[in-house]
Amino acid sequence: MFGDYSLSDLGAIFAMQGFAGLILFSVYVLMALGLAIIFGQMGVINMAHGEFMILGAYVTWMTSNFFQSYLPSLFAGYFFIAMILAFLASGALGMLVEWALIRHLYKRPLDTLLATWGLSLILQQAYRSIFGAREVGVELPQWMLGSKQVTDTIEIPINGMFVMALTVLITLAVSYVLFWSRWGRQVRAVVQNRVMAGAVGINTEKVDRYTFGLGCGIAGIAGSAFTMIGSTGPTSGQLYIVDTFLVVVFGGAASLFGTIASAFSISQAQSTMEFFMSGSMAKVLTLLAIVAILMVRPQGLFALKVRK
Amino acid sequence: MESPRFLSRTDLLGLAVLALLLVVILPLSLDVFRLNLVAKYLTYAFVALGLVLCWGFGGILSLGQGVFFGLGGYCMAMYLKLEASSVENTKIQSTPGIPDFMDWNQITHIPWFWQPFHSLTLTVIAILVVPAVFAFLIGAAMFKRRVGGVYFAIITQAIAAIMTILIIGQQGYTGGINGITDLRTLKGWDIRPDHAKVVLYFVEVAFLFGCILLALFVRHSKLGRILVAMREKEDRVRFSGYSVANFKIFAFCLAAMFAAVGGAMFTLNVGFMSPSFVGIVPSIEMVIYTAVGGRLSIFGAVYGALLVNFAKTSLSESFPQLWLFGLGALFIAVVLIFPNGLAGIWRDYVQPLFAKLLDRRKPGPGHNGGTLGPVADGAPAE
Amino acid sequence: MLIGHQQPDFLLAVEGLTVSFDGFKAVNDLSFYVEENEIRVIIGPNGAGKTTVLDLICGKTKATAGAIHFRGKDLTKMKENQIVQAGVGRKFQTPSIYEDLTVFENLEISYPQGRSVFGALSFQRTPAVRERVEEVAEAIFLKDKLGMSADLLSHGQKQWLEIGMLLIQDPDLLMLDEPVAGMSVSERIKTAELLHTIIKDRSVLVIEHDMKFVEDIAHKVTVLHQGQILSEGTMETVKNDPKVIEVYLGH
Repeated sequence: MFGDYSLSDLGAIFAMQGFAGLILFSVYVLMALGLAIIFGQMGVINMAHGEFMILGAYVTWMTSNFFQSYLPSLFAGYFFIAMILAFLASGALGMLVEWALIRHLYKRPLDTLLATWGLSLILQQAYRSIFGAREVGVELPQWMLGSKQVTDTIEIPINGMFVMALTVLITLAVSYVLFWSRWGRQVRAVVQNRVMAGAVGINTEKVDRYTFGLGCGIAGIAGSAFTMIGSTGPTSGQLYIVDTFLVVVFGGAASLFGTIASAFSISQAQSTMEFFMSGSMAKVLTLLAIVAILMVRPQGLFALKVRK
Repeated sequence: MESPRFLSRTDLLGLAVLALLLVVILPLSLDVFRLNLVAKYLTYAFVALGLVLCWGFGGILSLGQGVFFGLGGYCMAMYLKLEASSVENTKIQSTPGIPDFMDWNQITHIPWFWQPFHSLTLTVIAILVVPAVFAFLIGAAMFKRRVGGVYFAIITQAIAAIMTILIIGQQGYTGGINGITDLRTLKGWDIRPDHAKVVLYFVEVAFLFGCILLALFVRHSKLGRILVAMREKEDRVRFSGYSVANFKIFAFCLAAMFAAVGGAMFTLNVGFMSPSFVGIVPSIEMVIYTAVGGRLSIFGAVYGALLVNFAKTSLSESFPQLWLFGLGALFIAVVLIFPNGLAGIWRDYVQPLFAKLLDRRKPGPGHNGGTLGPVADGAPAE
Repeated sequence: MLIGHQQPDFLLAVEGLTVSFDGFKAVNDLSFYVEENEIRVIIGPNGAGKTTVLDLICGKTKATAGAIHFRGKDLTKMKENQIVQAGVGRKFQTPSIYEDLTVFENLEISYPQGRSVFGALSFQRTPAVRERVEEVAEAIFLKDKLGMSADLLSHGQKQWLEIGMLLIQDPDLLMLDEPVAGMSVSERIKTAELLHTIIKDRSVLVIEHDMKFVEDIAHKVTVLHQGQILSEGTMETVKNDPKVIEVYLGH
């Protein structure tokens, strides 16, 4: 499949497709980050994660409409506000769901999987009833459009760089929260020994609720980023859930670095292959490769050997 | 200690009630159109039955049963399609004698993997063997490496996704998103008219009873008890000298074969097969049939598949919005409120009520005899 | 290196056994030998690697280096179920039984027959099986509880049931991890009595903290400390070993 291209052409193709894959990468990382926190830290499988992402996308869409109608002068900066709102909305819904549903199901991972699938169906139908079945697109502010010419053949889309930078920031913030803050220590304490953590005075229920909320909130931000690569519909989230689960599992469930590395390799592989073949075959080959690798190395790419 | 019989009294009662419903009541009370719908629902009962063994007893949740359902269905559909694509039937095509969708996709030869489906014998073998081999490969790769639980669920779900994308993407070989349609005859016997639908319904019911008997046999064998033991204490089973992986592979393969038989019956009864019965969404819906019936209940699987599909048809006809809310709520309810599904409700609420009524009518020692047996045989529909 | 082969009177020869978890050596270059019909007790402070040694022998944990020879077979190269079939039985620290099954079914599953998939499918509850289950149930004081669901048993009875499940396997090497832990005094006495009857005609490897119990049954005692052997010999020798006294009383 490479035969028809010269070497420099190939270089340019890989670079361009690589940058085109950046937004996909960002969506994967943000989605997977949320999933990994919830799954890695709490052992809960959240099948409704895609719907939390889509909530963020709808919030972004509504914010964009609001600014266009009432505050057109501030439209250039609406995206930041939209992302904060998306985070808050998805996070709040996440905490509500944790309270109503998830907390009854700890230690039954397969059951959380089924229950959150049910939740995802309900959310999808709710979106359809509220926002309509038609997909909606978000209008970007002027400065985010266009791209920057790097060389003759390579140009980088600005919104891609923007989302990329944002993803790096959020990832850093999440690692800070989880690994260096007092709250993060409490989360990890609860993960390692729930009973003991409770005994030393950590409010484990509260920690659970906020952890779940944080994971869902990050999915909301992913939704904001998602509006840049696709239009938003009630079932758009479902398309991403399997991919992001594979990202998490492939990276080794409890490893933040692994999650990022696997999101990168999967998104890049997919967007690069998309240049050479149909999108569906690129997806099939990517998924097949992941499944094959997971069959040989089920613990994922980055997992520690622990004494049990 | 009494040895567990292959068919206990409750099993026989369950079989009799189900036979009464499927063989007598439904065929007598429904018109052909509705009976054909029941036939369609029952094809999912095969899948649900397999999931009882593999998920309920074995604790292995597969979110990819649609793949096996589809494999069985596509095998059947390929045979029927080849028979329907005789040169005479397809003489308006640019290449007569090949399936219509191949012709539309500029394919001029029947590809090699379609060739075996000229023969009905090979087709029947393929319906059983292809899914079993596929399940064996997945199972061997995963279970030998001790992958289970949610990882297995996610991987099987990914396989369902891959399968759908592949079928849709390779439309020249698979019929794409429309699937394989316009099926006509089986060995010259037209499957479309009303009387054929009635015959096919009874054939399907017969196969279903065959699968139920097989499931009951497995459940009451030592293998059934090992599956239960494994779900609880996998390590203990391993350190009692069993290869846990082999037992899981067996349960998974059997579930795959049940699903494939269901898929083949679907193609025959409904008259087509398409990727919309293969992917993530149908696969996880198949799990809900089992959950609603009661994940430990072999008979419950049949009632679960019937009831959920009946609700789906009637609700989505009249209130399409309500159906997804209802289905979503059902997923949550069977996890939170009724983890043992219909069978649990029957055992916990209905049966005590009957017992009370019976006790009132004929007090005496006779009644107690039934409840003293081994615990595993005590519950109905189990 | 191949002492296990050269001196076949050892039932179990553990040589140079090492396992490391991310650099931490839980068991470090450990060697010891168990003879036919020997009762060996392993003692040691918490974290000494006692349970890990049993995990290594029964295949639950894979060794980083070293060999475990059992009747000339290298157990480090075998799967758990093959190790069991070779004649090694293992009881876990917390009672590991099947609570959804009856006592009878618990014992029946451990009966060494029909262990393959199709063997299990065609397995019949013959009079021989029933007799053996009843015999074992009598030994473990659960004869009148055969039809009972195992989750209704008391903690001590669950421990007995697991011992019974091992007994019915009739292993040549029986490994017990703290068999009397968490038992009431009367249960302890009964368990000691039970162990005395079942340790006949086989080799036994026991981890135990109860010194009176150890003194009572041990032929030889191995003291582990930080993954290595601190001392080995009769209870008397070990008790007077200054190194042992240091570890147990030093801090």
